[in-house]
Amino acid sequence: MTEREQAFLEYVQSGGQVEASDWMPDDYRAKLVKFIEMHGNSELMGVLPEREWILRAPTLQRKLALTAKVQDEVGHSQLIYRVVEDLGKPREQCLDDLISGKAKFHNVFHYPTKTWGDVGVIAWLVDAAAIISQKALLKCSYSPYARIMKKICWEESFHILHGRDVVLTMMNGTDEQRELVQEALNRWWGPLMQFHGNPIPKDEDPMYIWRIKSQGNEEARQQFLDGYVPQIWELGLTVPDPKLRKSDDGVWEYTEPDWDELRSVVTGHGPKSQDRLDLRRRARENTSWVRSIVLARAA
Amino acid sequence: MEEEVQKTLLEIADDELILGWRDSEWTGIAPVLEEDVAFSSIAQNEIGHARALYELVARERGTTADALAFDRAPDEYRNSRLVELRLLDWEKTIARHWLYEQADAERLERLKQSGDAEVAGLAAKIDREEAYHRMHAKMWFDRLEGQPRFTAALEELRPLLDEGREEHTPELGELWEEMTMVRRSQPAGTKW
Amino acid sequence: MIYEVFRQERKGQPLQHAGSVEAPDRAFADVYAREQYGRRGESTSLWIVPRDAVIEIDDFVDELNRNYHRVDGYSLKEKLKEARERAASAKSADAFSAGKG
Repeated sequence: MTEREQAFLEYVQSGGQVEASDWMPDDYRAKLVKFIEMHGNSELMGVLPEREWILRAPTLQRKLALTAKVQDEVGHSQLIYRVVEDLGKPREQCLDDLISGKAKFHNVFHYPTKTWGDVGVIAWLVDAAAIISQKALLKCSYSPYARIMKKICWEESFHILHGRDVVLTMMNGTDEQRELVQEALNRWWGPLMQFHGNPIPKDEDPMYIWRIKSQGNEEARQQFLDGYVPQIWELGLTVPDPKLRKSDDGVWEYTEPDWDELRSVVTGHGPKSQDRLDLRRRARENTSWVRSIVLARAA
Repeated sequence: MEEEVQKTLLEIADDELILGWRDSEWTGIAPVLEEDVAFSSIAQNEIGHARALYELVARERGTTADALAFDRAPDEYRNSRLVELRLLDWEKTIARHWLYEQADAERLERLKQSGDAEVAGLAAKIDREEAYHRMHAKMWFDRLEGQPRFTAALEELRPLLDEGREEHTPELGELWEEMTMVRRSQPAGTKW
Repeated sequence: MIYEVFRQERKGQPLQHAGSVEAPDRAFADVYAREQYGRRGESTSLWIVPRDAVIEIDDFVDELNRNYHRVDGYSLKEKLKEARERAASAKSADAFSAGKG
């Protein structure tokens, strides 16, 4: 590391903030772009499992809420890709890399949604897992990203309430509705436990070293379990992990998540990875003429 | 509220419901991210308008907006042919948007003159929201005007404004199946 | 074209930079900014400006520490202590001489 890079490292580690026009080490910029790009990709891909259910929402209120939630996620991807673009990578290139499989998106968006139970469980628990990471990003050393995280966290607050409302309504409903929730939870638990990533120690995680992330993976997972397992149990739902318990020193114990599955899924081998990327590719090709008129640049 | 007025309100509500449903199909896959967000708001407004109109009629009939929106058979809906088609080509969606907003503006003007104060009041509220839709439609019309595929779409869709509301294409039935599948999976009155 | 968006949350508050949208012209920029920064009624006012109309200034020079027009250029603690002590001893000297006379 050069002297200038070392000084920069000390600067961010003592809470220094970086703006778009500031000098930054190549490695910092590269890691930042990759991390933020993956977030943008995830928001955009996260839309696809949920949008099917917009068309099947069983009341007008749910229809409006779900449409607004998905709209927010598209809006988030817009905010995020703008940040990436100002760091030097154009949006269209990000979308190219996403569709070709070169760039990744979070594991949870590679799985199918099968019932209205999934709609509730995703909005409640997947969004909860995401919010924990997102709140930690409010302290990101790169200010343009930290600032959009503020808006994103504020908008996400209704998503979790909506999810919880959907789940509670079903839990207070018929036996079949309760089964739908339990069955969805059984399927989503594995991906949820993998969501925050494998427990690499903070000081070995370049994201933490550069203060892009301010929280280690395991810390995030523990926070999720602490916040949400009691909420799950109090509804009479079961978590499909017999080892799950909170030990006396406050640490949650659980069956080791399948890290091979995580690796395989995020490299495009999840059950819905290819279908969804194909949908994105087709939608993009179908509308490239619109962009060439509206954006006056290569579609 | 007179039966004729209820009938008119249901027609408009059905138009807004079905059009809103169709417009919401673009959420997540619109041509440009910023446009995706904008068009989704339009779809939500349309559903919101439908809901407000259904609520007025529902009160007269001792039922709910959701029951009117979801629990009728496909052949009982009174929406226009124009709104029930699935049009996942952007030029057709915008052509429909443009044509619909103009026809709707005229219809709302008439409704604002209604003798029923509540109806006139709601029509005025809806009209104020529709001002944004008309601005959006014009914005796109100005951009796409002259494009052969857009001109073709306008020509293809314009006649559908005048087609009857009593008969529907198979597309409405397909939309209805999807729209009501979760609701129909449990007994009537189940809360979601 | 990139348009920068400034928003005012409530009347009386300053407009603050909120983000940016990509749009081909003013009409589109209006719609897109409105949506991204106001669809929940979270802003009372938006200003949108093409990015290239914004002039950025972030190099400020003060080589000779011009603190005469800043609060940190004024350290009154020592002088105040001295002045208070002087006034206190003058008062007791008066009292002393008054008592004597």
